[in-house]
Amino acid sequence: MNNLAKTLIACAALVMGSAATAAEPIRIGLMTAYSGPFADMGKLIDAGARAYLKANGDTVAGRKIEIITRDTTGPAPEVGKRLAQELVVRDQVDFLVVGGFTPETLTAGSIATAAKKPLLIANASSSNLTDKIPYGVRYAFSFRQITQPLGVWAAKAGYKKMMTLVSDYGPGIDCETAFKDGFTSNGGTITESVRTPLKSPEFGPFIQKVKDAKPDALFVWVPQGEQAQGVVKTYFERGLDKAGIKLVILGDDMDEPVFNALGDKVKGLVTSLHYSTAHPSAENKKFLKAFAEVTGNSVQPNFMAVAAYDSMAAIFEAVRRQNGDLADSARTLDILSGLTFESPRGKVVIDPKTRDIVQAVYIRRVENHGGKLENVEFETIPDVKP
Amino acid sequence: MIGNFLGVLFDGIAYGSLLFLIGIGLSVTMGLMNFVNLAHGAFAAFGGFVCVTAMNQMGVPFLASLPIAFVLTAVGGVVLERTLYQRLYKATPLDQVLFSIGLTFMAVAGMTYVWGPIQQPVRLPEYLTGQVHLAGLDFGVYRLFLISIVVVVAAALVYLVERTRFGAQVRASVDNQQAAAGLGINVNRVFALTFALGSGLAGLGGGLGIDVLGLDPSFPIKFMVYFLLVVAVGGAGSIKGTLVAGLVLGIFDVAGKYYVPQIGAFIIYALMVVLLVFFPTGLYGKKS
Repeated sequence: MNNLAKTLIACAALVMGSAATAAEPIRIGLMTAYSGPFADMGKLIDAGARAYLKANGDTVAGRKIEIITRDTTGPAPEVGKRLAQELVVRDQVDFLVVGGFTPETLTAGSIATAAKKPLLIANASSSNLTDKIPYGVRYAFSFRQITQPLGVWAAKAGYKKMMTLVSDYGPGIDCETAFKDGFTSNGGTITESVRTPLKSPEFGPFIQKVKDAKPDALFVWVPQGEQAQGVVKTYFERGLDKAGIKLVILGDDMDEPVFNALGDKVKGLVTSLHYSTAHPSAENKKFLKAFAEVTGNSVQPNFMAVAAYDSMAAIFEAVRRQNGDLADSARTLDILSGLTFESPRGKVVIDPKTRDIVQAVYIRRVENHGGKLENVEFETIPDVKP
Repeated sequence: MIGNFLGVLFDGIAYGSLLFLIGIGLSVTMGLMNFVNLAHGAFAAFGGFVCVTAMNQMGVPFLASLPIAFVLTAVGGVVLERTLYQRLYKATPLDQVLFSIGLTFMAVAGMTYVWGPIQQPVRLPEYLTGQVHLAGLDFGVYRLFLISIVVVVAAALVYLVERTRFGAQVRASVDNQQAAAGLGINVNRVFALTFALGSGLAGLGGGLGIDVLGLDPSFPIKFMVYFLLVVAVGGAGSIKGTLVAGLVLGIFDVAGKYYVPQIGAFIIYALMVVLLVFFPTGLYGKKS
C-alpha cells in the first residue's frame, strides 16, 4: 500500500471516529427530588438546568447534551446510591449533577468517585462536603458561607445583644455557629441560642421566649417552606416588630411563599444570600428570561435553580476546553475545579484546592421592586470562602 | 414571671383546643364505632385544602369557608364509609390499620397531584390577626377565636351524644348492634352519620389549623402522632377525655418549649407514657 492510500484510510478512520463521537451525545445524570415533599425543589433544579440549554443551545464542541433525570424523592441516601449506580453503569453518563440534600449527595458521591465520574453538587450545603467526595465539585453554597457575613453585618448595624433560633440539626447548627462567629468577633453578644425541633409545627412558645428576653435582634434559620413561613408569621403575630426586636434571617427562608403568606409586612427585613432575582446584571437577565421560557412563568426561580444553571455552564465549559473529548476524567475534574465565570449570582470561582465555591454574599432588604416584593441587594461581601 | 406563666397557659390552652378539634373526630370514629381510622388526618388535610381553595380561588371569606370545609369533608366521609369503610367494620384492628394507612398514602399522593407539594399560603382576615392587650398581657386574637370555637363545638357534641335521640341511637348501636337493629334502629344509617360527623369535624379542624400548623399534602402523616396521642390519652369515644387530653398535652407542650427548649419537643411524649401507665385506657376511657 502506498503512502497516499495509508493517509486516506487514516483520514477516513478519523472522520468516521469523530462522526461516531459526534453521534454519541454527552449524558448528564440529573438527580433531584421530582416527587414527595421536596418536589418543588426538584422543579427548580430541573428548570434551572434546562434554562441553560434554552439560553445556550444543547450542543457544545459538536456534541449534543442529553439530560437524564432521576427522582431521589428527598434526603434518602440509599436511593441516591442506587440511582447514581444506575446512571453510571446502565446509562453511561459522563457527569452527575445532584440537586439534593447532603445524605444522598454523599452516597451518590461515593459511586461517582469509584467510577471516576465528576459529580457537580448543585444544592447540598453542609460544611466541607467536597472533602468527603474526591470527585465532587460544589456549585451551590455552604451555610457557613452565607451566614457568617450576616453576623458581621448585624454587629456593624449596631445590634449589641442578639438571640439565635435555628432548627436542631446539622445545617441549623452550622448556621448558629457561623452567625455567632461573625457577630461576636465584631463586638456583639449572643445572649441565648434556641434550637427548635426539626419537626416543630408551632413556633409560638419559642418566639414568646425571645419576646420576653428582649434582645436587640433575633437571628433565624429554619428549613424553607412551611417552617420559614411559620416562624416569620409568628414573629409578627406576637408583635416582636412592635416590641422593637429586629428580625435578621437567612435569605433562603425569605422568598416567594413567605411573601405570598405575609405580604407587605415583611418589607424592610434584612437577609443574606448569594443570589437574588433582583440582582442587576446582564447574566441574570438572560437567566431569568430563559427560566421563564422553560417554566412558562409558573414558578419563580431561586438560588437552587441558579446552582443547576451554573452546573450546566461548568459542564459546557469543560466539554468546550477538551473539544468534546471526555476520555480523561481526571482532566475534566481538574477543569471543573478551577473555573472562574460570571454567573447570574455574580462572579463565581471554584477553589482548585478544595473544589468548593468562592463567591460574593449579598446583604439584602425586602423591598417593592418593579411592582412586587423582592430581596434587593444593598451590600456585597466579595469572595467569601465556603 | 407570673405574666409569662399566664401567657404560656393561654397559648397552651389555644394549642390544646386545636388538638381537641382535630382529634375529636378520630375519637368519635374510634370510640363510638370501634374503627381504627389512621386516615383521619387525611380528612383534616382535605378540609384545609377546601378552605384554601374556597378562599384563594373563589374569594369566599375565611369564616364562610369553615362550614364549607365541614360539609364537604363530611360528604366525602360518607362516600368513603359507604363504599369502603363499612366493609371493614367487622375486620380485625390490624386489617383496619392497614387499610386506613394505605388510604392515607393514597390521599397524600392525590392531594399532591391536585394541589402540589408546597405549603399553602393562607391569609387570615385582619380582625383575626394580631394581639389584644388585657391586664398587661398579650393575647393572640386568632387563639382566642380558636378557644371560643372549641367551647361551642364541645358543648354541641356533648349535647348531641348525651341528650338527643340520635346520640342515644349511636350509643345503643355501639353497645349491641343486633339488639339495636332489633329495636328498629337503622344501624347502617347511624354509623354513616357518625362517620360523617367525625370526618366533618376533622375537616373543620384542618381548616382552623392552617394558620397554626400549616398545610401541605404530608399533613396527615406529619400530625398522625398528635391525633393518636390525644385520643389515646383521653380515652377513645370520650368527648370530655379528648378535651382534657388536648388541653393537658397542649399546655405541657407549649410550657416545655418555652421553659426548657432543649427538650421541649419530647415533653408530651414523656407525659403520654406517664399518663398511660396510670390510666391504661385513657383518662376517661371505658374500663374493658
